[in-house]
Amino acid sequence: MSMPVIKPPAAANETYRLPPKLFSSRCAMCWFLLGLVALTFASFWTLDLQWAKFLSADAARKMGKFLAELLSPSVNAAFLQKLLVASLETIAMSALGTLLAVIAGLALALPASRTHADDKAYWRMPTRLILNGLRSIPELVWAALLIISAGLGPLAGTLALGLHTTGVLGRLFAEAIENAPPGPAYALRVQGVPAGRVFLYSTLVQILPRLLSYTLYRWENNIRAAAVLGVVGGGGLGQMLAFHMGLFHMSETSSILIAMILLVALVDILSYVSRRVLQR
Amino acid sequence: MRISIAGLAARHHAAAAGAPAALKPLTITVAPGEQVAVIGPSGAGKTTLLHALACALRPVAGTLELNGIDPWKLSVARLQKLRGQLFLAPQTPPLPPRQRVITSVLAARLPRQSLAASLRSLVYPTHINEAEAALARFDLANKLWDRVDRLSGGERQRVGLARALVSSASLWLVDEPLSSLDPSRAAQAIESLTQSARECGATLITTLHQVDVATRFARVIGLRDGELHFDLPSREVTRERLTALYAQHEHELLAVAPVPDAPDNGAPDDKTPAAMYCR
Amino acid sequence: MNTTISAGPAGLASPHLRDPAWVSRVFWTSVALVLLAPMLVLTEFKPWTLFEPATLKSTKRFLADFFPPKIDMEFLLLVARECWRTVAIATAGMALALLIAIPLTLLSTSALSISALPGRMHAIPLIIRQAVRWLLIMLRSVPELVWALVFVRVVGLGPTAGVLAIALTYGGMLGKVYGEILESDESHATNTLLRNGAGRLQAFFYGLLPQSSAELTSYTVYRWECAIRSSAVLGFVGAGGLGQQMDNSMKMFQGGEVATMLIVFMLLVGLADYASSRLRRALA
Repeated sequence: MSMPVIKPPAAANETYRLPPKLFSSRCAMCWFLLGLVALTFASFWTLDLQWAKFLSADAARKMGKFLAELLSPSVNAAFLQKLLVASLETIAMSALGTLLAVIAGLALALPASRTHADDKAYWRMPTRLILNGLRSIPELVWAALLIISAGLGPLAGTLALGLHTTGVLGRLFAEAIENAPPGPAYALRVQGVPAGRVFLYSTLVQILPRLLSYTLYRWENNIRAAAVLGVVGGGGLGQMLAFHMGLFHMSETSSILIAMILLVALVDILSYVSRRVLQR
Repeated sequence: MRISIAGLAARHHAAAAGAPAALKPLTITVAPGEQVAVIGPSGAGKTTLLHALACALRPVAGTLELNGIDPWKLSVARLQKLRGQLFLAPQTPPLPPRQRVITSVLAARLPRQSLAASLRSLVYPTHINEAEAALARFDLANKLWDRVDRLSGGERQRVGLARALVSSASLWLVDEPLSSLDPSRAAQAIESLTQSARECGATLITTLHQVDVATRFARVIGLRDGELHFDLPSREVTRERLTALYAQHEHELLAVAPVPDAPDNGAPDDKTPAAMYCR
Repeated sequence: MNTTISAGPAGLASPHLRDPAWVSRVFWTSVALVLLAPMLVLTEFKPWTLFEPATLKSTKRFLADFFPPKIDMEFLLLVARECWRTVAIATAGMALALLIAIPLTLLSTSALSISALPGRMHAIPLIIRQAVRWLLIMLRSVPELVWALVFVRVVGLGPTAGVLAIALTYGGMLGKVYGEILESDESHATNTLLRNGAGRLQAFFYGLLPQSSAELTSYTVYRWECAIRSSAVLGFVGAGGLGQQMDNSMKMFQGGEVATMLIVFMLLVGLADYASSRLRRALA
C-alpha cells in the first residue's frame, strides 16, 4: 500500500515560497540584459583595440609630453589676436546658424504639425520625413558635404549648423504646436480665419516661451558644435585647432582648448541669464 | 441672420464616434435680430447646440439653414466666408494668456481683414479706437494694453464678450457669458451685450445658467437631455415649467421664480457715446 | 454711423490709445539688427556664392554622383561591417564611460555624505566632492572630437581613439546627470540607512539605486543612442567606423558610395532611436 502524498497545507499568505529564479526564460527584462551584455562583449572583441599600444611606454611618454606642453599655453600677442577673431567667428557661426534654424524650423513646423483633431494635415508626413533627415545627419557630416559647394570657411559651418538645427528645432516646435491648449485657436477657426493667421494670433503667443527655451538650449549646444566644425574646414576655433594639432604645436593647442572651454562657459551663462530674464 | 434648424441632432464635440447624440432632433427657427436665451440643466446639450449652430459640429441628422443656406452643402471656401458672419464666444474665454487684451479683441476682426492688414496689425495694432470702445462697453477700457493673464477671470470673460462687438458678425452665439461675474457686473455685462446686439442688428443666442437673467430675454428655449422642453416668450415661462425643466437638478435653479418685469439694474453709465463699431 | 479711423502711430487723440510697447520693440529690433551686421561679416555669410556658375557646376556634378547610390554586394558588406564597428565603438565607449562615471558619481554625490547628516558637510569631504565635480565638468567640456584628435596621435588611427574619446566625454556627461538624478530623489531612505550605521556603498545599493534605477537606465540608453551618432562623427578624424569610410569616399568624390552610407547611417540612427524609445518606455 503506497503512502498517500501529503501536500503541505496552503498557508493564507504563502510565506514559504522561494525567491524568483535569477534568470527566467519568460522575463523580457532578462533577455534584454543578456543581449546588452552580449553586445558589449561582442563590441570589445570585434574591435581591434590597441590596448597594448595605449598602455605602452611609448604612448605614456607621448601623453606626458602632450600634457606638459598643454599646461603651458601660448600667450603670444599676435596669436591671441587671431584666437580672439576665431572665437568671435565661432560665436557668430553658432548664433547665425541657430537664427537661420529658428526661421526655417518655424516655417516647417506649421505643416509638420496636426493643429487640431480634424486637421487633415496632408503635409505632416513628408515634412516630418524631411525634418528627420535633416536631424539624423550630424553637423560635421553636413559641413563636410557643404564644403564641396561652399568651400572651406565659416559659411559651410554656418549652413551646416543651420540645416541640422532646423531638423531638431522643427520637430520640437511642431510638438509644441501640437501640445498647445486648443481653446483660442478653436474660437478663431470657428470664425473662418485661415490657418496661418490662426497660428499667428493664437498658437504662436501660447508657445513662445517654449520656443525660446528650445532655441536657447540649441544655441548652447551649437557653440560646442561650431567649435569643432572647423576640424573639417568649417572655420572658427576648430580650424585653428586642427591646424596647430597637425603641426604638433601643443602650446597653441592648449590656448585654443582653453578658449573653447571659456566660450562654452560664456554661452552657458548668457543663456542662463536670458532664461531668467524671459521667465519674468 | 435667420436661423432655422429642422430635426437637428448632433454629437458633443469631444465625444467618440459611436457615442449617443447629445442633441436629439430639434426644430427651432430664429428670426433675424431676435435675442434668445437657452436654459436647461447640465448635460442638456446647450453647448452642443451652440457649436452646431456655429458650424463647428457637423450634424448627425437633420438640417441647419443660415439665411436659407445649408452651410454644409457649401464649398469649403464659401463656408469659410459664411463663418465670418458667425461669432462664437465659448464658455472659457479663448484668450491666449500671454497675449495683450488689444490683440485678443482685434483678433475678432480677422475674418474681414486681408493677410497684409492682419500682419500689420500684429506689428502695430490698427483699429485701436474700435477695440477701446468695445472694451469700454464692459467697463474695461483701462485694460486695453494689459496682458490677458494679468486679468481676473471675470475680466477675461468680459473681454471675450467685447470681441463680439468688434467682429461685425450677424449671429452671436454666446456660451455662459456670466459664469465668472458677480451679480452687478453680470447685470451690466448682459445689458451691454443685448444692447450692442440690438444696435448691430445681430441675432443673439445665449445659454445661461442664471434663470432670472434668462427670463428678461424676449424668448426662452428650455433644453433637457438634448430635447426641446419648451420654446416660449418669456412671459409664458412659469415657475412650474422651470421646475419641470430642472427636475432633479434643483440646485441649478439660481432664482426661485422668474420676475417678468424686473427693473434694469446696473445699466452702464452713458459716458461712452453710442458709437456703432460693428458694420 | 461709424467714425473709427485706422489708428497709426501718429495723429491719435489721446496717449492712452498709443501702443506702449512700440518704443521698446523698435529699440530691441534695432539692437538685434546692429548685432546681426558684424555676425554676417564674421561668418563670411555670402549664400549667393553657392549659386555662382562654377560652384553650381561642381555642386551639380557632386549631387549627380549621388544617384545612383552604390549598391553592389561587396560594398554593402563593407558598409554593414563599418556599421557594426560604429555601434561597437559606441557600445565599448559607453561601457568604459560607465566604468568612469559610476565611481566618480559615488564620490561626488552629496546624497551619500555621512558628515552632512546632522547638518553641514565637513570641509574635507566637501572639497573632495567639489574636486570630483570639477573633474567631471572638465571631462565634459572638451568636445569628444578634440579628445579623438589627441588620441589618434597617441595610439594611431583606428577605433581605440574613438572608444577612448567617447569614454572620457560621456563619462563626464553621465557622471553629471547621474549625480543630478541621485540628488533629486527624496533621500529619506538613504539617510535612514546611513544614520543607522550602514556603509556608504550599502546605502547606495539598498537605498539610492532601487529608487533611481529606472531613470538612470533610461538616461544611459538615451546617451548610448547619442554615442552612436558621435562615433560616426569621430570617424572623420580617423577613429574608424562609418564616418571614416564616408570621409574617404568624400575625399575621392565617390558620390555613390557617400549616398549609400548616408542612407545607411540615417537608417541606423532611426533604428537606434526606435530601440531606445522602446526601451525607455518599457523601463518607465
